[in-house]
Amino acid sequence: MHNEAILPSTANTAGAPAPGTVITAENLTKTYGNVAAVDGISFSVRAGESFGLLGPNGAGKSTTMKMIGGVTRRTAGNLRIMGLDPDTHGPEVRAHLGVVPQQDNLDEELRVRDNLLVYGRYFGLPLSYLKPKADELLEFAQLTDKAKSKVDALSGGMKRRLTIARSLINEPRILLLDEPTTGLDPQARHILWDRLFRLKEQGVTLILTTHYMDEAEQLCDRLIVVDKGRIMAEGSPARLIREHSTREVLELRFGSERNTTIAVELDGIGERLEVLPDRVLIYAADGESALEQVASRGLRPLTSLVRRSSLEDVFLRLTGRSLVD
Amino acid sequence: MSLTARRGAADQARNRTFGPLYSRNARAVISRGMKATMGGHWLVMLSGFFEPVLFLVSMGVGMGAIVGAVEGPDGTPVSYAAYIAPALLAVSAMNGAVYDSTWNVFFKMNFAKLYQGMLYTSLGPLDIALGEIFLALLRGMLYATGFTAVMAMMGLITTPWALLMIPASVLIAFGFASLGMAVTSFMKTFQQMDWITFIMLPMFLFSATFYPLTVYPQPIQWLIQAMPLWHGVELLRQISVGTFTAATPLHIGYYLVMTALGMLFTTVRLRQLFLK
Repeated sequence: MHNEAILPSTANTAGAPAPGTVITAENLTKTYGNVAAVDGISFSVRAGESFGLLGPNGAGKSTTMKMIGGVTRRTAGNLRIMGLDPDTHGPEVRAHLGVVPQQDNLDEELRVRDNLLVYGRYFGLPLSYLKPKADELLEFAQLTDKAKSKVDALSGGMKRRLTIARSLINEPRILLLDEPTTGLDPQARHILWDRLFRLKEQGVTLILTTHYMDEAEQLCDRLIVVDKGRIMAEGSPARLIREHSTREVLELRFGSERNTTIAVELDGIGERLEVLPDRVLIYAADGESALEQVASRGLRPLTSLVRRSSLEDVFLRLTGRSLVD
Repeated sequence: MSLTARRGAADQARNRTFGPLYSRNARAVISRGMKATMGGHWLVMLSGFFEPVLFLVSMGVGMGAIVGAVEGPDGTPVSYAAYIAPALLAVSAMNGAVYDSTWNVFFKMNFAKLYQGMLYTSLGPLDIALGEIFLALLRGMLYATGFTAVMAMMGLITTPWALLMIPASVLIAFGFASLGMAVTSFMKTFQQMDWITFIMLPMFLFSATFYPLTVYPQPIQWLIQAMPLWHGVELLRQISVGTFTAATPLHIGYYLVMTALGMLFTTVRLRQLFLK
């Protein structure tokens, strides 16, 4: 509070967010009974930024998304979306938001194009605006030839694209994407990433949760790593990797029986050693030279692989657990 | 349309100030329901119209041949078909409203996840509740109009008062729909949904639908008079012949109170369910 007198123009309180900030969360908390799903997290998101919440299932990502959308009330803390409190201004806040939920909840009783039109009516938008907008979005989602199809005739990837098209009907400033590519095959994921990247280029603020590293690395400018409702780290994917991991990782498999026992013999190679049930990870700046050291000790892994560090390694380092188990 | 004009429309929608529960946009939910019905459900809807008609034909015409004339609401004898027809109309108003506000809502809430999608828009839970109830009432009104037309064709209508059975059916439907929706909000499984049928079937059979209340001993009469359907049966029976008594406003009042309590109850429940 003392800062306010000194730096009145930059003081970042919940009531007066910094210019260009679209989401401010301070000490955001949600408890169900005695369980804290979200346990005092703080972050802010600038307009046009692509912001990720990375964490395993049950980390509190979806609950955070629901609080942003104002469909779940927070237990404590401060939250402002475009300067508005979603608990008291739910409908107004949601007018700024596009939401792609974890499970597709398209209207199966309506056809593809009608899904867009009817959804737009929920925002109170007139049909004269919605009709051209729906066609434009079908084009964007590469679904123009499916306009009159029934929803249940669409593939999983098409349904996801329709859900994203639907979320854009009100020209939202912020798009919330909860696990956008979970359950999709690799090709469908890449099509979807391409579409999301285009939105990002158009200046839409993206907030996405994911437990896929590659997704977070592809789409997020900045992310928070969440575990058990708390923020473990925050930064750009590259920075997080730099700060919490080495440049390269050497993955060795000795067979499930020997991974644990062999760890002692690997001691001293690289900067850090991580023993998982199925493999041993050696963190080193130079993976190839680490592999040479392993060979020079007379150890013969069944398979070996040198790769760049990823957010998976960051998560492992921070929590001692892998993300997808 | 130019881009600026279209953005203007989106901005306009954004800038309205609404409470968290209601955005005065129930009509969007209503037009969604109409579109969905046109898209494929209208044939299923017809079954709701035929059910009371089939009862009327079998019980009224078939049983009526054995029963002969019975004492009507104003003391003069009427045909058995004319006696049960208003009761069947009340039953169909109840069934339609309860089906729409319980099974339909239960499915959309728990399986189609339709409401979850709606609630991520500017709609509030009250918009959804009002929209769904309106649709239930519209459907009830169509059934009531059809059934009244069938009564007219069978020569069971003798007074213009009988036309008032249509709005009265809507009132009955309103009472059941608003209460039904509140009750459904507690339901989590199909087994629990069956309890609703368990309550409705005896109410249908014993609410003076097919014979007068006087056949029961006094305590049973009181029990039935406490239940909502009996008031609906009595109200429509009185309207069908244009005979009104001191009990008429009581029957109407019963449904007004039921509707008000049901809506209040529904709003409280929606708040608990969706704004948690």
